[in-house]
Amino acid sequence: MARLSREEVAKVARLARIALDDAELERFTDQLAQVLEHAADLEALDLAGVAPTAHPHGLVNVVREDEVRVSLERTEVLAQAPDVAEDRFSVPRIIGEAP
Amino acid sequence: MNALEVAASVRAGATSALEVVAESLERVAARNAEFNVFIHLDAEGALAAARRVDERVAAGETLPLAGVPVALKDNLCVRGQPTTAGSRILAGWRPPYDATVVERLAAAGAVALGKANMDEFAMGSSTETSAYGPTRNPLDPTRVPGGSSGGSAAAVAAGMVPVALGSDTGGSIRQPAALCGLVGVKPTYGLVSRYGLIAFASSLDQIGPFCATVAEAALVLEVIAGHDPLDTTSLPEPAPALVGHLDDGVAGRRVGLCRELVEGADPEVVEAVRRAAEALARAGATVEEVSIPEIKLGLSAYYLIAPAEASSNLARYDGVRYGLRVDGPDVEAMNVATRTVGFGDEVKRRIMLGTYALSAGYYDAYYGQALKVRTRMIEAFARAYARVDTLLGATAPSVAFALGAKTKDPLAMYLSDVFTIPTNLAGEAAVSVPFGAGEGGLPIGVQLLGPARSEARLLAAARVLEAEGGR
Repeated sequence: MARLSREEVAKVARLARIALDDAELERFTDQLAQVLEHAADLEALDLAGVAPTAHPHGLVNVVREDEVRVSLERTEVLAQAPDVAEDRFSVPRIIGEAP
Repeated sequence: MNALEVAASVRAGATSALEVVAESLERVAARNAEFNVFIHLDAEGALAAARRVDERVAAGETLPLAGVPVALKDNLCVRGQPTTAGSRILAGWRPPYDATVVERLAAAGAVALGKANMDEFAMGSSTETSAYGPTRNPLDPTRVPGGSSGGSAAAVAAGMVPVALGSDTGGSIRQPAALCGLVGVKPTYGLVSRYGLIAFASSLDQIGPFCATVAEAALVLEVIAGHDPLDTTSLPEPAPALVGHLDDGVAGRRVGLCRELVEGADPEVVEAVRRAAEALARAGATVEEVSIPEIKLGLSAYYLIAPAEASSNLARYDGVRYGLRVDGPDVEAMNVATRTVGFGDEVKRRIMLGTYALSAGYYDAYYGQALKVRTRMIEAFARAYARVDTLLGATAPSVAFALGAKTKDPLAMYLSDVFTIPTNLAGEAAVSVPFGAGEGGLPIGVQLLGPARSEARLLAAARVLEAEGGR
């Protein structure tokens, strides 16, 4: 596979909601490319027909009886939020001004 | 006093939990600035908890860890106490609940002093990626204590506390235990509840103990293990009996000295593993050499799987519900500013690596392929355990390295986990136990590996090596 490009790293950073300056983009591209080159040993393997394992014991849904239980303290949880309004988490504007 | 002596003495009324905890706090105060072990200390809370333990003992309760001071890795939630996972993005956060292991330790009479330093979100092998500065190895302050649970290891190695909890995703308990001359246990996946452990890679993370001796580690693991309905990946059974099997020995056991678990290690480490094999043979085990070529694929698979899971787990740090917020004109700008300021370089690298490995066009070649290698690894271990009971290898390729030696070269840092990663991928159990010394008199750790639920056997074997004292 072709060596990782700066453009690809910039795209991934955007997807991950991380801003990089030019020097960081340069450095991270080099470092990530190195790790992916080390992973080239996996690409070369013929693993057709091998089932993937996402979890050591397999994952099953676990349910409990639907009964009322004590939950987290609402005030304690909201006290940890950066901004709260009317007992809710408050964030900056989500919808833009009309054009 | 070790944990067993403390608990016995407090139960017998020969000393009080309050005295023990006060002394422990004095040792922390005397040396914490030098090693940067605790990044949050709750002295008042610990003294109050110690008084409550003394009351419970006086009321006739039999507490297995009565008055034992412990250090908690800072990714374990303690209600109302700062919990940062070594990250700026969680600075000032106080969890609204306790981790299950924190509750179980307290129920057993242990007293948490505070939170131990760690690599940011457990991503690192030296405790140098912490946003709160590096921890130094108490055995040689110019060197790292290992990581990511370096603060936990250093707290025990410095004699501040007899017990610490860490978490192990790719070696983060075993490697610092080796570098600090301690016993470290990575339990079978699901044996210890992860409820209240800040997630790094959920299919790999396990909590386990650091102690100076095998017997202490067995007792602590008995206390924290066992089914927890709050963790959907928790094994169904109660905690296994471990202390009762400590003296089982290794007579008649088959031990496999695993070629791929020593290859590339420093000669003095290879030599220590050979001496450990001889010690086990002298104690009655049959030792044979085994080869598991799949182990060599572990590092590559791990550095795709763990970042992929981390990129998903760390998406929750968006500045909305808790932790840091850096303001921006709209919600996305706020998310970006918060994450850019809040995360350190190593965390950013892994998030980007994971995002890339999961992205369209690369998923099959990287993440998909890594998951298949994981299957291969599990099958290869199963074949090995059909022939031998226990595998033996090195824990880390070298003794503790110098601060700063690997911080500029992520791949070199990743390679220090090469012997520990396969156990996490397989969801199995492993123990690191000190065995001899290398360069500069620094400790060497050897690793005993077994299938799922083999902790009692591994600890019994570790006890044999401990008794041999590195000879």
